[in-house]
Amino acid sequence: MTKNIAALICGILFGIGLTISQMSNPDKVLAFLDITGNWDLSLMLVMFGALTTLSVAQYFILKRPKPVCDSQFHLPKKGNLIDTRLILGAVIFGVGWGLVGYCPGSALAALSDGKFEPFIFTIALGIGMILFSRFHNKK
Amino acid sequence: MENFTPYSALIGGCLIGLSAALLLFFNGRVAGISGIIVDSFSAEIENRYWRAFFLIGLMFSAAIVNTFFPVVPVTYSRNILLVIVSGILVGYGTRLGNGCTSGHAVCGLARFSLRSAVATLTFMSTAILTTYIMRHVLEY
Repeated sequence: MTKNIAALICGILFGIGLTISQMSNPDKVLAFLDITGNWDLSLMLVMFGALTTLSVAQYFILKRPKPVCDSQFHLPKKGNLIDTRLILGAVIFGVGWGLVGYCPGSALAALSDGKFEPFIFTIALGIGMILFSRFHNKK
Repeated sequence: MENFTPYSALIGGCLIGLSAALLLFFNGRVAGISGIIVDSFSAEIENRYWRAFFLIGLMFSAAIVNTFFPVVPVTYSRNILLVIVSGILVGYGTRLGNGCTSGHAVCGLARFSLRSAVATLTFMSTAILTTYIMRHVLEY
């Protein structure tokens, strides 16, 4: 149960961060991506803030033998494998992100505005994920 | 650059970092949103709950912010077909590349992962190019 409450609080914090920094607003994201337009480098500072906070905190957290509510840390393998799959996936994601300005986190945070658009994006996001597991994972 | 909002960007960014740090501290997990979405449906049943709670928190967060702070109103008037195409590409691409902005560009980079650095540079430059084509070539 503590696990779930911790996750709930983390989800809320994450979303508050996205909302305060306006990263849940696609226009703000596109203003960063449009480097030849009226360039707004706010997104860079969001990343800087997040990376600094997380890397410092992580340094101390990972010194502990295990997390508070689990028997071990579940970190993705820190592989150095750069393959076509990684690059192609990032390219496809990049095109989708650049088209409108929503990424998975920002769309979910925007959902509570109760508007049609982030809702439609989230449905499409799910369809894309299902398409992947149907056609790509089967090999 | 009059639209630059350094303070809210830094504060918001730190909160995102804090959230990822707390998730690691308590649950030992990485805060990659696209992965959490998929695994909330596909992980072993007892590992789905915390993910669902995280996503519920994320979904209701903006309502909490809007209650306490004046926020810049967001316009929702984009071409709906474009939104659908974009959503499908983001969903498919983040699975193929094993991560999105949060997983690669925040959690991955904070761990100095080479894979995440390559992925981040790739999707950033592709997104910049896409925005350039949309706005300045197609003048959409």
